[in-house]
Amino acid sequence: MSSSTLSETLHQQRQQESRRGLILIGLSAILLSSFVMDIATGPSLLGISDVVNVLLKLLGLPVEVSGTAEVIVTNLRLPIALMALIVGGVLGVGGAEMQTLLNNPMASPYTLGMAAAAGFGAALMLYVGSLGFNAEFAVPIGAFVCCMLSAGLLFGLAMMRHITSGQLILAGIALLFLFQSLLSLVQFVSSPELSQQILFWLFGSLTKATWLNVGITAGVTLVCMLLLMRDAWKLTALRLGEERAKSLGVNVAQLRLKTLILVAVMTATVTSFVGIIGFIGIVAPNIARMLVGEDQRYFLPLSFLVGAFLLSSASVLSKSLVPGALFPIGIVTAIIGVPFFFWMIIGKRAH
Amino acid sequence: MLKVRNLSLAFGDLVLADQLSFTLEAGKTHVIIGPNGTGKSSLLKVLFGDIKPQSGEVLFDSEHLDYRNLNPWRQRFGYMPQDIRLDIGLTVLEVVLLGQLNALSLKLADSLIEKALKALDQIGLLHLAQRDVRTLSGGQCQMILFAQALMRNPKILMLDEPVSALDLHFQQVMLDHLDQQTHQQHWVSVMILHDLNLAAQYADNLLVLKGGKLLAEGAPAEVLSADLVEEVYGVKAELAYDQQGIPFVRTPRRRLMQQSVSLAS
Ligand SMILES: Nc1ncnc2c1ncn2[C@@H]1O[C@H](COP(=O)(O)OP(=O)(O)OP(=O)(O)O)[C@@H](O)[C@H]1O
Ligand SMILES: [Mg+2]
Repeated sequence: MSSSTLSETLHQQRQQESRRGLILIGLSAILLSSFVMDIATGPSLLGISDVVNVLLKLLGLPVEVSGTAEVIVTNLRLPIALMALIVGGVLGVGGAEMQTLLNNPMASPYTLGMAAAAGFGAALMLYVGSLGFNAEFAVPIGAFVCCMLSAGLLFGLAMMRHITSGQLILAGIALLFLFQSLLSLVQFVSSPELSQQILFWLFGSLTKATWLNVGITAGVTLVCMLLLMRDAWKLTALRLGEERAKSLGVNVAQLRLKTLILVAVMTATVTSFVGIIGFIGIVAPNIARMLVGEDQRYFLPLSFLVGAFLLSSASVLSKSLVPGALFPIGIVTAIIGVPFFFWMIIGKRAH
Repeated sequence: MLKVRNLSLAFGDLVLADQLSFTLEAGKTHVIIGPNGTGKSSLLKVLFGDIKPQSGEVLFDSEHLDYRNLNPWRQRFGYMPQDIRLDIGLTVLEVVLLGQLNALSLKLADSLIEKALKALDQIGLLHLAQRDVRTLSGGQCQMILFAQALMRNPKILMLDEPVSALDLHFQQVMLDHLDQQTHQQHWVSVMILHDLNLAAQYADNLLVLKGGKLLAEGAPAEVLSADLVEEVYGVKAELAYDQQGIPFVRTPRRRLMQQSVSLAS
């Protein structure tokens, strides 16, 4: 065939790449606006311009800002808003990679019991009075350890050659039930006050965000994301099916394990700081997939951006549903997540 | 040259290879035939290092297959597994590109894309480049996966029933391309076929596998016979030969045969 058709097709491919790049940029812009909104909403209302000015000043630009606005933004609102972005993003990416590994659009760290395990760890820590340590650190550590423990069980299964991804999902769901039962058990034997405390932790709330844990979470996330991006093409190949990925030279067992570990570390970190937040892990990657397909060079970062946007806007919603009252964000995400999920499934059938 | 020595493989009681030994020379197309479930696909997986046999050796030239270090071994294979379903949100071009997995980076060079497009062009499917693979027909998927296997610059090309979904045109496109490249590039080409006529036509070397044994091996004209077909498949077939002496195989339709028998009596 003529080389003009060939270069035409090459051009089309490049155009498609820039279209996907634009989607990433577009979503970043939307995300930025919900981030600013998130900072602006709260008990003492700040103007958008105040928020923007403070942010610009923090970026080192010479802008005049009022002292109270600056204090509210930097000390109170900014860490929470940043935490919303990071946590949402991590949940999105965690879901995306679980779905890739398990070849199933319904998989996520949550459905595989990792969040429930973290919840159990936190509850147990609260129950034993943090073993005498500072609860602010002991509870997240308990959650982290338990989450990694349940992930470790999944790693063990994933390493076995004869285990299929379907069986791995079933095992994850079994773990979910196990940790939920254990969690109920802890709540059952706790005093009413303690039970209340546990329940509040489980709801998932960003108000626990401080600059320190924002920093830790951001660092862990950055490292894990970079490592995942390095394997972007291999992860894309994995979605062709394990056998075919192998035929292309992917060491499937190694890639599976590495990705599981990265996802588990990220998930355990965010869950131990903010509690259980459901649905973003399933919904965000599915939206990302619809927008840019499954080339992981775009799918991976977009899953992050969509997840971040969903949690950031849920945060705005949780503060503005009833003025003055702050709903735990874990409740809000599920409530807006479920209808969305249904719409998605029904929409899919129409294709 | 790919060499197998004293290979034994069994899943429980099921024996798939019983002290098998054979050599697959470079520059030739080797076709494996045999009944369903006899272990043809499993044999390719053994060659690829994906299934570890109970005993035996696999060698490429003089290099042994080392299970602790599979990467360099697999690097020289283009391998097209039997399953041709493609259920992923990628375009045809992206799927073909994945054939060069080791060369891909976050920023794709023009040369890589051009190479993939040329491979598509060679099999006459350049017009599908931007299509979502989930919208392709079964035969189109199979051709795309063939293009993907070619992208790997193979020294050994293994195709597991590569024409199972192809029409006459694409059968010819694929097999002629394979035939030509195998001789030109000096590949070791191995494919599994069920169509004995295609096997007879395209095999430089035909291997007949059944019950873990190699029943016959050699040029199709020498190997294929009515007796062999009956032994392998339990089917009475008629064989004829074309001008080049290449056999073709036909099985009679039984109901019509019975009718003609009862008419005669
Ligand atoms: N992992 C496994 N565990 C147990 N049995 C297996 C396994 N893989 C394959 N088998 C069995 O080994 C036999 C050979 O399978 P294989 O796929 O190699 O056959 P095949 O010759 O390619 O058949 P077909 O012509 O139908 O593709 C089958 O009976 C199959 O059920
Ligand atoms: Mg087979």
